[in-house]
Amino acid sequence: MDKQEYAEYVKKITPKSKIGWSLVRAFVVGGLICILGEGLGALYKLWLPAYDETQVGSLVSCTLIFLAAVLTGIGVYDKIGYFAGGGSIVPITGFSNSITSAAMEFRKEGIIFGTCANMFKIAGPVIVIGVAVAMLCGLGYYLVGLFI
Amino acid sequence: MSTLIFKNRPRIIGWYSVAGKKESEGPLGTTFSRVVKDEYFGEKTHEGAERKLFETAIQGAIQVAKVQPDIVFAGDLLNQIVSSSFAMRDIGLPYAGVYGACSTMALSLLVAATFVDAGVVQTTVAAAGSHFATAERQYRTPLEFGNQRPPCSQWTVTGAGATVLSADSKKSRLAITAGTIGRVVDYGVKDVNNMGAAMAPAAADTLARHFKNTNTKPADYDAIFSGDLGQIGEEALRDLLKDKGYELGENYHDCGKLIYSVDQKVDMGGSGCGCSAVTLNGYIMDKFQSGEYHKVIFMATGALLSPTTCFQGESIPGIANAVVIEEVTE
Repeated sequence: MDKQEYAEYVKKITPKSKIGWSLVRAFVVGGLICILGEGLGALYKLWLPAYDETQVGSLVSCTLIFLAAVLTGIGVYDKIGYFAGGGSIVPITGFSNSITSAAMEFRKEGIIFGTCANMFKIAGPVIVIGVAVAMLCGLGYYLVGLFI
Repeated sequence: MSTLIFKNRPRIIGWYSVAGKKESEGPLGTTFSRVVKDEYFGEKTHEGAERKLFETAIQGAIQVAKVQPDIVFAGDLLNQIVSSSFAMRDIGLPYAGVYGACSTMALSLLVAATFVDAGVVQTTVAAAGSHFATAERQYRTPLEFGNQRPPCSQWTVTGAGATVLSADSKKSRLAITAGTIGRVVDYGVKDVNNMGAAMAPAAADTLARHFKNTNTKPADYDAIFSGDLGQIGEEALRDLLKDKGYELGENYHDCGKLIYSVDQKVDMGGSGCGCSAVTLNGYIMDKFQSGEYHKVIFMATGALLSPTTCFQGESIPGIANAVVIEEVTE
Protein backbone atom coordinates (compact mmCIF):
# COMPACT_ATOMS: atom_id res chain seq x y z
CA MET A 1 0.00 0.00 0.00
CA ASP A 2 1.35 3.46 -0.79
CA LYS A 3 0.33 6.60 1.10
CA GLN A 4 -2.60 7.37 -1.18
CA GLU A 5 -4.00 3.85 -0.93
CA TYR A 6 -3.43 3.80 2.80
CA ALA A 7 -5.37 7.06 3.25
CA GLU A 8 -8.33 5.53 1.43
CA TYR A 9 -7.98 2.29 3.36
CA VAL A 10 -7.96 4.14 6.72
CA LYS A 11 -11.05 6.09 5.69
CA LYS A 12 -12.78 2.81 4.95
CA ILE A 13 -11.98 1.09 8.26
CA THR A 14 -12.46 4.12 10.56
CA PRO A 15 -15.89 4.15 12.22
CA LYS A 16 -17.93 7.28 11.64
CA SER A 17 -20.03 9.23 14.12
CA LYS A 18 -23.67 8.22 13.95
CA ILE A 19 -24.92 11.50 12.53
CA GLY A 20 -28.67 10.82 12.70
CA TRP A 21 -28.74 9.90 16.38
CA SER A 22 -26.24 12.65 17.26
CA LEU A 23 -28.45 15.23 15.59
CA VAL A 24 -31.49 14.06 17.54
CA ARG A 25 -29.63 14.26 20.86
CA ALA A 26 -28.16 17.67 19.98
CA PHE A 27 -31.61 18.93 18.97
CA VAL A 28 -33.30 17.70 22.14
CA VAL A 29 -30.67 18.98 24.60
CA GLY A 30 -30.03 22.21 22.70
CA GLY A 31 -33.79 22.74 22.53
CA LEU A 32 -34.19 22.10 26.26
CA ILE A 33 -31.52 24.68 27.05
CA CYS A 34 -33.37 27.21 24.85
CA ILE A 35 -36.69 26.37 26.54
CA LEU A 36 -35.00 26.94 29.89
CA GLY A 37 -33.84 30.32 28.62
CA GLU A 38 -37.34 31.22 27.44
CA GLY A 39 -38.80 30.08 30.76
CA LEU A 40 -36.29 32.17 32.71
CA GLY A 41 -37.14 35.13 30.51
CA ALA A 42 -40.84 34.76 31.28
CA LEU A 43 -40.12 34.50 35.00
CA TYR A 44 -37.88 37.57 35.04
CA LYS A 45 -40.62 39.52 33.23
CA LEU A 46 -43.08 38.52 35.95
CA TRP A 47 -40.73 39.34 38.82
CA LEU A 48 -39.25 42.48 37.36
CA PRO A 49 -41.96 44.20 35.32
CA ALA A 50 -39.91 47.41 35.16
CA TYR A 51 -37.17 45.72 33.08
CA ASP A 52 -37.33 45.97 29.31
CA GLU A 53 -36.72 43.16 26.79
CA THR A 54 -32.95 43.79 26.47
CA GLN A 55 -32.38 43.85 30.22
CA VAL A 56 -34.38 40.65 30.69
CA GLY A 57 -32.33 39.06 27.89
CA SER A 58 -29.08 39.95 29.68
CA LEU A 59 -30.42 38.53 32.95
CA VAL A 60 -31.32 35.26 31.20
CA SER A 61 -27.86 35.02 29.61
CA CYS A 62 -26.17 35.68 32.95
CA THR A 63 -28.28 33.03 34.65
CA LEU A 64 -27.52 30.40 31.98
CA ILE A 65 -23.81 31.21 32.10
CA PHE A 66 -23.85 30.92 35.89
CA LEU A 67 -25.73 27.60 35.83
CA ALA A 68 -23.36 26.11 33.24
CA ALA A 69 -20.33 27.26 35.24
CA VAL A 70 -21.71 25.59 38.36
CA LEU A 71 -22.51 22.39 36.45
CA THR A 72 -18.96 22.42 35.04
CA GLY A 73 -17.53 22.93 38.50
CA ILE A 74 -19.35 19.95 39.96
CA GLY A 75 -18.40 17.78 36.99
CA VAL A 76 -21.79 17.42 35.33
CA TYR A 77 -21.53 19.56 32.21
CA ASP A 78 -18.92 17.36 30.50
CA LYS A 79 -21.31 14.45 30.86
CA ILE A 80 -24.13 16.47 29.28
CA GLY A 81 -21.68 17.42 26.52
CA TYR A 82 -20.65 13.82 25.96
CA PHE A 83 -24.31 12.99 25.38
CA ALA A 84 -25.46 16.07 23.49
CA GLY A 85 -22.40 17.16 21.50
CA GLY A 86 -23.17 20.35 19.61
CA GLY A 87 -26.49 20.64 21.45
CA SER A 88 -24.70 21.79 24.60
CA ILE A 89 -21.64 23.39 22.95
CA VAL A 90 -23.44 25.89 20.71
CA PRO A 91 -25.70 27.63 23.30
CA ILE A 92 -24.23 30.23 25.64
CA THR A 93 -23.90 27.50 28.29
CA GLY A 94 -21.24 25.79 26.13
CA PHE A 95 -19.32 29.02 25.99
CA SER A 96 -19.46 29.22 29.77
CA ASN A 97 -18.32 25.59 30.03
CA SER A 98 -15.33 26.18 27.75
CA ILE A 99 -14.11 29.07 29.91
CA THR A 100 -14.82 27.47 33.28
CA SER A 101 -13.26 24.13 32.34
CA ALA A 102 -10.07 25.80 31.11
CA ALA A 103 -9.94 28.01 34.21
CA MET A 104 -10.24 24.92 36.44
CA GLU A 105 -7.76 22.87 34.44
CA PHE A 106 -4.97 25.43 34.69
CA ARG A 107 -5.65 26.55 38.26
CA LYS A 108 -2.69 24.44 39.41
CA GLU A 109 -0.29 26.74 37.58
CA GLY A 110 -1.48 29.67 39.69
CA ILE A 111 -4.08 32.42 39.30
CA ILE A 112 -2.17 34.66 36.88
CA PHE A 113 -0.17 32.28 34.67
CA GLY A 114 -2.60 29.43 35.05
CA THR A 115 -6.23 30.44 35.26
CA CYS A 116 -6.03 33.98 33.82
CA ALA A 117 -3.62 33.11 31.02
CA ASN A 118 -5.49 30.01 29.91
CA MET A 119 -9.19 30.51 30.63
CA PHE A 120 -9.91 31.77 27.11
CA LYS A 121 -7.86 29.03 25.49
CA ILE A 122 -10.93 27.46 23.86
CA ALA A 123 -13.30 30.43 23.95
CA GLY A 124 -10.68 32.91 22.68
CA PRO A 125 -10.85 31.92 19.00
CA VAL A 126 -14.66 32.03 19.20
CA ILE A 127 -14.56 35.59 20.53
CA VAL A 128 -12.01 36.71 17.93
CA ILE A 129 -13.97 35.20 15.05
CA GLY A 130 -17.25 36.47 16.49
CA VAL A 131 -15.97 40.03 16.66
CA ALA A 132 -14.36 39.84 13.21
CA VAL A 133 -17.51 38.44 11.58
CA ALA A 134 -19.69 40.99 13.38
CA MET A 135 -17.52 43.78 11.95
CA LEU A 136 -17.78 42.34 8.45
CA CYS A 137 -21.54 41.96 8.75
CA GLY A 138 -21.84 45.52 10.05
CA LEU A 139 -19.83 46.79 7.12
CA GLY A 140 -21.98 44.78 4.71
CA TYR A 141 -25.14 46.09 6.33
CA TYR A 142 -23.89 49.66 6.01
CA LEU A 143 -22.88 49.26 2.35
CA VAL A 144 -26.15 47.60 1.39
CA GLY A 145 -28.01 50.38 3.24
CA LEU A 146 -26.33 53.00 1.03
CA PHE A 147 -28.08 51.65 -2.06
CA ILE A 148 -31.51 50.80 -0.70
CA MET B 1 21.37 -5.42 11.16
CA SER B 2 18.47 -3.65 12.77
CA THR B 3 17.54 -6.63 14.93
CA LEU B 4 19.62 -7.04 18.07
CA ILE B 5 20.37 -10.57 19.22
CA PHE B 6 21.27 -10.65 22.90
CA LYS B 7 23.77 -13.47 23.19
CA ASN B 8 24.06 -13.22 26.96
CA ARG B 9 20.30 -13.24 27.38
CA PRO B 10 19.64 -10.60 30.04
CA ARG B 11 17.28 -12.09 32.61
CA ILE B 12 14.05 -10.55 33.81
CA ILE B 13 14.27 -10.79 37.57
CA GLY B 14 11.47 -8.52 38.71
CA TRP B 15 8.49 -6.56 37.49
CA TYR B 16 5.79 -4.36 38.89
CA SER B 17 2.72 -2.62 37.55
CA VAL B 18 0.52 0.02 39.11
CA ALA B 19 -2.72 1.07 37.45
CA GLY B 20 -5.66 3.39 38.02
CA LYS B 21 -9.33 2.82 38.83
CA LYS B 22 -10.70 2.55 35.29
CA GLU B 23 -7.96 0.06 34.38
CA SER B 24 -8.71 -1.98 37.49
CA GLU B 25 -12.32 -2.28 36.35
CA GLY B 26 -11.24 -3.65 32.96
CA PRO B 27 -10.55 -7.26 31.95
CA LEU B 28 -6.91 -7.08 33.18
CA GLY B 29 -7.90 -5.59 36.54
CA THR B 30 -6.62 -8.50 38.60
CA THR B 31 -3.21 -8.71 36.91
CA PHE B 32 -1.75 -5.46 38.23
CA SER B 33 0.64 -5.52 41.17
CA ARG B 34 -1.16 -2.55 42.67
CA VAL B 35 -4.26 -0.52 41.94
CA VAL B 36 -4.58 3.14 42.90
CA LYS B 37 -8.18 4.32 42.82
CA ASP B 38 -7.42 7.96 43.63
CA GLU B 39 -6.68 9.79 40.38
CA TYR B 40 -4.46 12.20 42.33
CA PHE B 41 -2.65 9.39 44.22
CA GLY B 42 -2.61 11.71 47.25
CA GLU B 43 -0.75 14.43 45.34
CA LYS B 44 -1.88 17.96 44.51
CA THR B 45 -1.77 17.61 40.72
CA HIS B 46 -2.29 14.90 38.14
CA GLU B 47 1.32 15.41 37.08
CA GLY B 48 2.33 14.69 40.66
CA ALA B 49 0.21 11.55 40.55
CA GLU B 50 1.92 10.35 37.37
CA ARG B 51 5.31 10.89 39.02
CA LYS B 52 4.20 8.86 42.01
CA LEU B 53 2.97 6.07 39.75
CA PHE B 54 6.48 5.92 38.29
CA GLU B 55 8.11 5.91 41.68
CA THR B 56 5.78 3.17 42.87
CA ALA B 57 6.42 0.99 39.82
CA ILE B 58 10.20 1.37 39.90
CA GLN B 59 10.52 0.92 43.67
CA GLY B 60 8.10 -2.00 43.52
CA ALA B 61 10.06 -3.80 40.81
CA ILE B 62 13.33 -3.22 42.65
CA GLN B 63 11.84 -4.66 45.83
CA VAL B 64 10.55 -7.72 44.00
CA ALA B 65 13.95 -8.26 42.37
CA LYS B 66 15.83 -7.60 45.63
CA VAL B 67 18.75 -5.90 43.91
CA GLN B 68 20.37 -2.50 43.68
CA PRO B 69 20.11 -1.51 40.00
CA ASP B 70 23.01 0.22 38.26
CA ILE B 71 20.93 2.30 35.84
CA VAL B 72 17.25 3.08 35.32
CA PHE B 73 15.97 3.75 31.81
CA ALA B 74 12.56 5.36 31.81
CA GLY B 75 10.36 7.72 29.87
CA ASP B 76 6.85 9.12 29.60
CA LEU B 77 4.66 11.32 27.41
CA LEU B 78 4.87 14.66 29.17
CA ASN B 79 6.99 17.48 27.78
CA GLN B 80 10.66 17.05 28.74
CA ILE B 81 9.71 13.61 30.18
CA VAL B 82 9.25 15.22 33.57
CA SER B 83 7.39 12.33 35.18
CA SER B 84 10.31 9.91 34.93
CA SER B 85 12.95 12.51 35.73
CA PHE B 86 11.09 13.86 38.75
CA ALA B 87 10.42 10.35 40.03
CA MET B 88 14.12 9.58 39.71
CA ARG B 89 14.94 12.73 41.69
CA ASP B 90 13.54 10.97 44.73
CA ILE B 91 14.72 7.46 43.91
CA GLY B 92 18.27 8.70 43.46
CA LEU B 93 19.60 5.94 41.19
CA PRO B 94 21.60 6.70 38.02
CA TYR B 95 19.08 7.45 35.31
CA ALA B 96 18.92 7.86 31.56
CA GLY B 97 15.68 9.20 30.14
CA VAL B 98 14.39 7.69 26.93
CA TYR B 99 11.55 8.85 24.73
CA GLY B 100 9.67 6.80 22.20
CA ALA B 101 6.17 8.18 22.82
CA CYS B 102 3.94 5.22 23.63
CA SER B 103 6.64 2.79 22.49
CA THR B 104 8.76 3.79 25.50
CA MET B 105 8.30 0.56 27.48
CA ALA B 106 9.78 -1.53 24.66
CA LEU B 107 12.44 1.08 23.92
CA SER B 108 13.59 1.29 27.54
CA LEU B 109 13.63 -2.53 27.70
CA LEU B 110 15.76 -2.67 24.55
CA VAL B 111 18.26 -0.15 25.92
CA ALA B 112 18.30 -1.78 29.35
CA ALA B 113 18.85 -5.21 27.78
CA THR B 114 21.64 -3.88 25.57
CA PHE B 115 23.53 -2.47 28.57
CA VAL B 116 23.25 -5.74 30.48
CA ASP B 117 24.05 -7.87 27.44
CA ALA B 118 27.17 -5.85 26.73
CA GLY B 119 28.35 -6.61 30.24
CA VAL B 120 28.91 -2.98 31.17
CA VAL B 121 26.46 -3.16 34.06
CA GLN B 122 24.94 -5.95 36.12
CA THR B 123 21.38 -4.77 36.69
CA THR B 124 19.12 -2.30 34.92
CA VAL B 125 15.53 -1.17 35.20
CA ALA B 126 13.23 -0.28 32.31
CA ALA B 127 10.09 1.71 33.03
CA ALA B 128 7.32 3.70 31.37
CA GLY B 129 3.99 5.19 32.39
CA SER B 130 1.23 7.64 31.62
CA HIS B 131 -1.80 9.31 33.19
CA PHE B 132 -5.12 9.99 31.47
CA ALA B 133 -5.54 13.49 32.87
CA THR B 134 -2.02 14.74 32.08
CA ALA B 135 -2.18 13.42 28.52
CA GLU B 136 -5.60 15.03 27.98
CA ARG B 137 -4.24 18.35 29.14
CA GLN B 138 -1.13 18.20 26.98
CA TYR B 139 -2.67 16.85 23.81
CA ARG B 140 -6.37 17.62 23.99
CA THR B 141 -8.90 19.75 25.93
CA PRO B 142 -9.57 20.47 29.64
CA LEU B 143 -11.11 17.52 31.47
CA GLU B 144 -14.39 19.27 32.24
CA PHE B 145 -14.87 20.58 28.70
CA GLY B 146 -18.13 19.13 27.42
CA ASN B 147 -17.24 17.78 23.99
CA GLN B 148 -17.68 14.40 22.35
CA ARG B 149 -14.83 12.05 21.58
CA PRO B 150 -14.75 10.91 17.96
CA PRO B 151 -15.45 7.18 17.60
CA CYS B 152 -11.87 6.51 16.41
CA SER B 153 -10.26 7.98 19.55
CA GLN B 154 -8.45 6.05 22.28
CA TRP B 155 -8.23 6.40 26.05
CA THR B 156 -4.87 7.09 27.73
CA VAL B 157 -4.10 4.49 30.38
CA THR B 158 -3.34 5.66 33.90
CA GLY B 159 -0.54 3.47 35.12
CA ALA B 160 3.16 2.66 35.12
CA GLY B 161 5.20 -0.47 34.80
CA ALA B 162 8.81 -1.37 35.52
CA THR B 163 10.95 -4.39 34.66
CA VAL B 164 14.31 -5.30 36.25
CA LEU B 165 16.95 -6.99 34.11
CA SER B 166 20.03 -8.78 35.36
CA ALA B 167 23.14 -10.37 33.88
CA ASP B 168 22.92 -13.17 36.45
CA SER B 169 21.53 -16.15 34.56
CA LYS B 170 20.81 -18.09 37.76
CA LYS B 171 18.22 -15.65 38.94
CA SER B 172 15.49 -16.30 36.40
CA ARG B 173 14.53 -18.37 33.41
CA LEU B 174 12.87 -15.46 31.67
CA ALA B 175 15.15 -13.60 29.32
CA ILE B 176 15.21 -10.96 26.63
CA THR B 177 16.76 -12.68 23.67
CA ALA B 178 16.28 -10.29 20.78
CA GLY B 179 14.81 -6.97 19.82
CA THR B 180 14.16 -4.80 16.81
CA ILE B 181 14.53 -1.05 16.95
CA GLY B 182 11.84 0.79 15.04
CA ARG B 183 12.13 3.02 12.01
CA VAL B 184 10.16 6.25 11.91
CA VAL B 185 7.40 5.55 9.41
CA ASP B 186 4.89 8.13 8.23
CA TYR B 187 2.05 7.25 5.90
CA GLY B 188 0.60 10.73 6.01
CA VAL B 189 -2.16 10.27 8.59
CA LYS B 190 -2.98 13.71 10.03
CA ASP B 191 -5.96 12.91 12.25
CA VAL B 192 -4.72 13.20 15.86
CA ASN B 193 -7.74 11.23 16.98
CA ASN B 194 -6.74 8.27 14.87
CA MET B 195 -3.38 7.29 16.34
CA GLY B 196 -3.88 3.61 15.63
CA ALA B 197 -3.99 4.24 11.90
CA ALA B 198 -0.94 6.51 12.17
CA MET B 199 1.15 3.91 14.04
CA ALA B 200 0.13 0.73 12.22
CA PRO B 201 2.55 1.18 9.26
CA ALA B 202 5.48 1.52 11.69
CA ALA B 203 4.32 -1.59 13.54
CA ALA B 204 4.07 -3.53 10.29
CA ASP B 205 7.56 -2.37 9.30
CA THR B 206 9.12 -3.42 12.62
CA LEU B 207 7.40 -6.81 12.73
CA ALA B 208 8.23 -7.62 9.09
CA ARG B 209 11.89 -6.71 9.62
CA HIS B 210 11.96 -8.69 12.83
CA PHE B 211 10.55 -11.83 11.21
CA LYS B 212 12.94 -11.48 8.29
CA ASN B 213 16.05 -10.81 10.37
CA THR B 214 15.38 -13.60 12.84
CA ASN B 215 14.08 -15.95 10.18
CA THR B 216 10.89 -16.59 12.13
CA LYS B 217 7.19 -16.32 11.37
CA PRO B 218 4.22 -15.25 13.50
CA ALA B 219 3.32 -18.84 14.40
CA ASP B 220 6.73 -19.35 16.06
CA TYR B 221 5.60 -17.24 19.00
CA ASP B 222 3.06 -18.06 21.70
CA ALA B 223 1.84 -14.52 21.48
CA ILE B 224 2.60 -11.27 19.69
CA PHE B 225 1.57 -8.06 21.44
CA SER B 226 1.32 -4.60 20.00
CA GLY B 227 1.23 -1.69 22.45
CA ASP B 228 -1.72 0.56 21.77
CA LEU B 229 -2.88 0.26 18.18
CA GLY B 230 -6.52 -0.08 19.21
CA GLN B 231 -9.17 -1.55 16.98
CA ILE B 232 -8.36 0.40 13.80
CA GLY B 233 -4.60 0.01 14.17
CA GLU B 234 -4.93 -3.69 14.84
CA GLU B 235 -6.94 -4.23 11.69
CA ALA B 236 -4.55 -2.07 9.67
CA LEU B 237 -1.51 -3.94 11.04
CA ARG B 238 -2.98 -7.29 10.03
CA ASP B 239 -3.64 -6.04 6.49
CA LEU B 240 -0.32 -4.23 6.11
CA LEU B 241 1.60 -7.31 7.25
CA LYS B 242 -0.36 -9.47 4.87
CA ASP B 243 0.96 -7.23 2.09
CA LYS B 244 4.46 -7.99 3.32
CA GLY B 245 3.82 -11.72 3.33
CA TYR B 246 3.14 -12.39 7.01
CA GLU B 247 -0.22 -13.42 8.37
CA LEU B 248 -0.95 -12.68 12.03
CA GLY B 249 -3.06 -15.39 13.59
CA GLU B 250 -5.04 -15.85 16.79
CA ASN B 251 -1.86 -15.37 18.81
CA TYR B 252 -1.77 -11.65 18.01
CA HIS B 253 -3.17 -9.25 20.62
CA ASP B 254 -3.17 -5.52 21.19
CA CYS B 255 -2.63 -4.28 24.75
CA GLY B 256 -4.91 -1.31 24.02
CA LYS B 257 -7.75 -3.63 23.14
CA LEU B 258 -7.12 -6.03 26.04
CA ILE B 259 -7.02 -3.49 28.82
CA TYR B 260 -10.58 -2.12 28.64
CA SER B 261 -13.90 -3.77 27.95
CA VAL B 262 -16.28 -2.46 25.30
CA ASP B 263 -18.73 -0.99 27.84
CA GLN B 264 -16.05 1.27 29.38
CA LYS B 265 -16.63 3.92 26.68
CA VAL B 266 -13.05 4.02 25.46
CA ASP B 267 -13.94 3.82 21.76
CA MET B 268 -11.04 2.07 19.98
CA GLY B 269 -9.20 1.05 23.18
CA GLY B 270 -6.41 2.14 25.49
CA SER B 271 -3.28 4.11 24.62
CA GLY B 272 -0.33 5.82 26.26
CA CYS B 273 3.03 4.62 27.56
CA GLY B 274 1.28 3.04 30.52
CA CYS B 275 -0.92 0.85 28.33
CA SER B 276 1.82 -1.50 27.17
CA ALA B 277 3.83 -1.04 30.37
CA VAL B 278 1.14 -2.29 32.75
CA THR B 279 0.04 -5.06 30.38
CA LEU B 280 3.59 -6.37 30.08
CA ASN B 281 4.34 -6.13 33.79
CA GLY B 282 1.03 -7.71 34.71
CA TYR B 283 -0.92 -9.83 32.25
CA ILE B 284 1.95 -10.96 30.00
CA MET B 285 4.36 -11.81 32.83
CA ASP B 286 1.53 -13.66 34.60
CA LYS B 287 1.10 -15.84 31.52
CA PHE B 288 4.83 -16.64 31.58
CA GLN B 289 4.54 -17.51 35.26
CA SER B 290 1.63 -19.85 34.65
CA GLY B 291 3.54 -21.59 31.88
CA GLU B 292 1.15 -20.55 29.13
CA TYR B 293 3.78 -18.49 27.30
CA HIS B 294 7.33 -19.49 26.44
CA LYS B 295 8.19 -17.03 23.70
CA VAL B 296 6.52 -13.71 23.06
CA ILE B 297 7.06 -10.61 20.95
CA PHE B 298 6.29 -7.46 22.89
CA MET B 299 6.10 -4.55 20.49
CA ALA B 300 5.11 -1.14 21.79
CA THR B 301 3.98 1.46 19.31
CA GLY B 302 4.38 5.23 19.49
CA ALA B 303 3.10 8.29 17.67
CA LEU B 304 5.94 10.80 17.56
CA LEU B 305 3.86 13.95 17.38
CA SER B 306 3.62 17.08 19.48
CA PRO B 307 0.70 19.51 19.71
CA THR B 308 2.83 22.05 17.83
CA THR B 309 3.51 19.77 14.86
CA CYS B 310 -0.21 18.98 14.62
CA PHE B 311 -1.26 22.61 14.56
CA GLN B 312 1.38 23.26 11.91
CA GLY B 313 -0.29 20.68 9.70
CA GLU B 314 2.37 17.97 9.89
CA SER B 315 1.34 14.34 9.58
CA ILE B 316 1.96 11.88 12.42
CA PRO B 317 5.13 9.78 12.28
CA GLY B 318 4.93 6.42 14.00
CA ILE B 319 7.49 4.12 15.54
CA ALA B 320 7.38 0.60 16.94
CA ASN B 321 10.01 -1.16 19.02
CA ALA B 322 9.90 -4.90 19.55
CA VAL B 323 11.54 -7.18 22.11
CA VAL B 324 11.42 -10.95 22.34
CA ILE B 325 10.81 -12.33 25.80
CA GLU B 326 11.61 -15.98 26.10
CA GLU B 327 11.84 -18.74 28.65
CA VAL B 328 15.37 -20.11 28.39
CA THR B 329 16.63 -23.41 29.69
CA GLU B 330 20.20 -22.67 30.66
